[in-house]
Parts: sequence; structure tokens; C-alpha cells
Amino acid sequence: MMTGAIDIKKEAAPVQERAVGPWLEGWRSFKKSKVSLVGAGIVIFFILLAVVGPFIAPQGINEQDLAKRLLAPSGEHWFGTDDFGRDIFSRIIHGARISLWVGFFSVILSVIVGSFLGIVAGYYGRWIDTIISRIFDIMLAFPSMLLAIAVVSVLGPSLQNALIAIAIINVPNFGRLIRSKVLSVKEEEYIVAAKAIGMRDSRILFSHILPNSITPIIVQGTLAIATAIIEAAALGFLGLGAQAPAPEWGKMLADARKFLLNAPWTMIFPGIAIMLTVLGFNLMGDGLRDALDPKMKS
Amino acid sequence: MRKKLLEIKGLKTTFFTDNGQIPAVDDIDFSVQEGEILGIVGESGSGKSVTSLSIMGLIPSPPGKITGGEILLDGKNLVKCTDKQMQKIRGKDIAMIFQEPMTSLNPLFTIGDQLKEAILIHNPKWSKKKAFARAVEIMKLVGLPRAEELLKDYPHQLSGGMRQRVMIAMALVCDPQVLIADEPTTALDVTIQAQILQLMKDLNKRLNTAVLLITHDLGVVAETCERVIVMYAGQIVEEAPIQEIFSNPKHPYTQGLIQSVPDMRFKKDNLYSIPGSVPKPGSILVGCRFAARCEYAMERCLQETPPLFEAAEQHKSRCFLLEKQEVEQRVESVIKG
Repeated sequence: MMTGAIDIKKEAAPVQERAVGPWLEGWRSFKKSKVSLVGAGIVIFFILLAVVGPFIAPQGINEQDLAKRLLAPSGEHWFGTDDFGRDIFSRIIHGARISLWVGFFSVILSVIVGSFLGIVAGYYGRWIDTIISRIFDIMLAFPSMLLAIAVVSVLGPSLQNALIAIAIINVPNFGRLIRSKVLSVKEEEYIVAAKAIGMRDSRILFSHILPNSITPIIVQGTLAIATAIIEAAALGFLGLGAQAPAPEWGKMLADARKFLLNAPWTMIFPGIAIMLTVLGFNLMGDGLRDALDPKMKS
Repeated sequence: MRKKLLEIKGLKTTFFTDNGQIPAVDDIDFSVQEGEILGIVGESGSGKSVTSLSIMGLIPSPPGKITGGEILLDGKNLVKCTDKQMQKIRGKDIAMIFQEPMTSLNPLFTIGDQLKEAILIHNPKWSKKKAFARAVEIMKLVGLPRAEELLKDYPHQLSGGMRQRVMIAMALVCDPQVLIADEPTTALDVTIQAQILQLMKDLNKRLNTAVLLITHDLGVVAETCERVIVMYAGQIVEEAPIQEIFSNPKHPYTQGLIQSVPDMRFKKDNLYSIPGSVPKPGSILVGCRFAARCEYAMERCLQETPPLFEAAEQHKSRCFLLEKQEVEQRVESVIKG
């Protein structure tokens, strides 16, 4: 009898069930949602496009053929041609690299700066918190696009400066998010327990508080990439971001305005490209939120 | 008498809030002797946890601050130690386990990672292999089976009792002299509670680690402790060896507490309870803090603060009734003599 009972216990805890980390668990619940998988699929598609795009594009970005101006979509030019006779399909493929680059790097920049400021403000509190939080408040008092335009007009219009501007306007969002998370995590008992075994402040911050505060940043970061892509396109549209002849989608939209009525494909395809990437990131972000945010779990 | 390991002299911990200064712990004296288990009992708000956090130097500051007294560990005053010095003492000389085993472990790391971290903090020169071996050894010591496998698990895969064992392992991993256990069994169910208490008693015997057990449960105290301190509204009201406190409680509050323990032998319709509730710390400035709830309260109790009277050897109580007794005894002895 006794040995039988022990055997059952051993079988009930098979080796594969052990050691399921929180990340793997997150992935398991993420893949349950079809919509999130579609979002992730779109994102992966555009990332692949950005990586291999230049090798598969039928034409170079600046190959002009003035004889073939404003041609409608056809077998030769899938998305038609623009007013310089450039292949829109090729330009969109190249444009993926620009948009994703701006999206990822501006968000990474603002996550790094915002997290650092947020952690310091949340953990140390007092006057440091007051100063950092008021700076965030002031930045958030401006409409973000206006602030971005102001930054770009100081730095000068270029893609790189647009990236910096977008990074700057996103800093307070991440800073506030991580600050509030740190405020709640630092009251957790395992933080007191960590102190009770003699752990240093810096160690507690980076090995206990940061990893436990990171999930909302991942979610917010994914959604922020979508916004950053739109903002980059908007700055490009206003002539403050990427400069001609770069195949930036917003810039392409702006250039094509004049031909909206007689050659609508010059505008439709860059527009669809922007919409699809943003949609992909948003769906993926929502899925990540559902999978990683404990509050969303029932 | 055994050597005094941890001595608390006139400790005062005050919280500075918008509503004024609140003395959560007000002038307490006690000592923990080598290898003993000392219990501190009291209701919520009596200052038990603040006492333990004061010893660890973990009073949240602001608003809290130790405003007076000394905490001597082997003659070294912990109140005067800098943060850096305290970090070296915490975990190595004094360790602490907490009430909630469910939340006292970081959910993102495995048990092994956290145990090894606790080891490496105080032994930075140890190799990972050596730390792992020590982790396995300590896991076995606290009675956890399949230690090697458990070290790979995450906290959520363990039951409450197992987690509390892990917490004890983490606390004992650097062989501290004193272990402070703040309500270690409150969150556990009764059977597990008994196991954990037994474990703490065993470890106390085997490792000779002094234990300061903080609890609101007199049953826990009866099972484990050698001496007991009863706290009320930030003060010590009674201190006595374990048999004394149950057979001959002197302070009306202690008497009330013991009466409040349900007795399974007799079926009573109503459980006894002490009327009223613990006063807010700092709300009573003169007189005995228990006077408002005390059935023996005299005029004098409202005007003077009673000191700790010696009721018997090693038995002290903060009540004027004892003074009377003392006087009577003295008179008697004079008459007899």
C-alpha cells in the first residue's frame, strides 16, 4: 500500500511539468489567442521584409524611368509607379526597414531612459521623485506631436532627429508606468525578505524590482512601436522626418497627395503599409497584455 | 544563566506622520539568551512587528525612526550601525522569516537561484558549485525532500508549508546567531503549522540558533517557547517563563488573553473576549495603557504609569496590583520576622 502511494505521487509530477518559468507560461497563454497570433504574424512578416527586402525588391529605390510615370498597378509594377516612374512596390519594401528601425529604436531609447528615471523616482522617492515626476508632467502637458515638431525644429529635420524626437516624447509614458509599478513592487514582502538577508540596494533594484516591473513595459513598448511608426510617418508627411528621396512611407504619402485623384495607388499602398504594421503591433501588444498582465487573467 | 546574545535596552521607535508622532514601540527592554526560544505575544498593533523590524534595521524610513535606546548584538550597538554595516549583519548574524510564505519569495526566480543568492551575498568568494552544495544541504536540513529537483522549481509550484521551509532555509543558510520569526505560521493551516513549529524547535536544538518568535497565538507560544514577553500598546506588560505565564499570569491583560483561548474541554456558549480594543499608539500619555479595558482599574491607574514590578524570579509585570502584593508581602515578612 505504502509503496503504491509513493509511486503515484512520483507519476503525478512528471519531469516535463517542472520548471515552467513565467516567460514560457506567458507564451502559452499568448498563443491561445488567434488574433494575437495574426498580429505577431504581421509583425514578423514586416520584420522579414525589412531584413531581406532590399534583396527581393524588383527595382532599386531610386531607379527612375520617366517614360513610365504614374502607371497603374500591373504585372510588371505590382503597386504601380510614382511621378518619377519609380516602382512603388520596391519603395514600400525598402520603406519597411526605415519604419521598423524608427519604431524599434525610438522605443528602445525611451524605454531605457524612461525606465531608469522611473525606477530611481519610484524607489528612492522624496525630492528625486518630485523633480522627475514634475518634469514628466510638464512634458505630458504638451500635445505629443507638437512637442515632437518642436524638438525636430530645434535639431533640424532628418530621419535620425525624428527618431530622437519620438523617443523623447515617449519617455514620460514609460517613466510613469515603471514608477507606479516600482512603487507597488517595492512594498512586496520578497523585497523586505531580500533586505533581511542583507542584499544591497542596487542589487535589489536590478535583480528583484526591475524584472518584476518589466511586463507592463513589454506590453506598452509593443504598442508604443505602433504609435512611433505613425508619428514617424506623420513627421515624414510634414517634411520634418525622412527627406527625399528616402522611401519613407509618410513621406511617400505626402509626395503622392497631388495625384490622389488620377493615380490613387501612389497613396493607397504606402497607406496600407502603415496601417498594416501598426495594426500588427497593436494586435500583438493587446495579446501580450492579455498574456502577461496578471490583472487581465481571470 | 546563559549568555545574553541580543539585548534591547530602552528601545523607542517612533513614526512621524501627518497626525503627529506615534511611538509604536515605547521604551522596551528585553534580552534573548544564547540558544533559547523567546516568544513575543500581543494583539495587532501592540508593537511586536515594529520591534522585530527595529532589530533588523528595516523600519521603513520615513516615516519610522528609532528615537532612543540600544540594540546590542554581542555587545555591538546595531542602532549606531551604518546601512553598509547592517547589510553585512542582516542574514549573517540575524536573519528573519516573515508571515506570508506565499509572497516572501520572488516569483520570477527559481528556489535555487534565490537560495544561492542568499549564500553568495555573505560568501562572495564561494564558487557556484559550493553554493549549490550548501543549498542542497540546507534544504535537507529543513526537511525538504528531493532537494536537487526542488531547487529548479519556481515558488508558485510549492505549497505554503514548503515555501515557509524554503524561507527558513534561506534564513539559516549563513548560520545566524539569532533568527527572528515574525508570525511564521499564521498563514499556514494547523497541521503544517505544527510541522513548522516542530522544525524550528529541532533546528534551535541542533544549530543552537536563538529564536525570537513573534506571534499573536498563545498556543504557538505554549508549544515552542521557554520564555514569553507580552506586549501591549508598544510596551512590555509582562515577562515570564512559559509555565509561569500560563499557571500564574500576573497582568490583567495576560489573564484576559489566556481566558480568551477557546478551551475544547468545556462547551461555552460565548467565548471570552477582552472588551474594547488596543488604543492607538500615542493616544494614552498618562496612566496605565490597559486601564480603560481593565476590570481591576483603580483611580491611580489613570494618573500614573506603572513600572515593571518583579512578581517572582524572572517574572515581571507592569501592574499596580503587584505593588500592593509586594507591600503586603513585605509587611507580612516584617511581621513574621
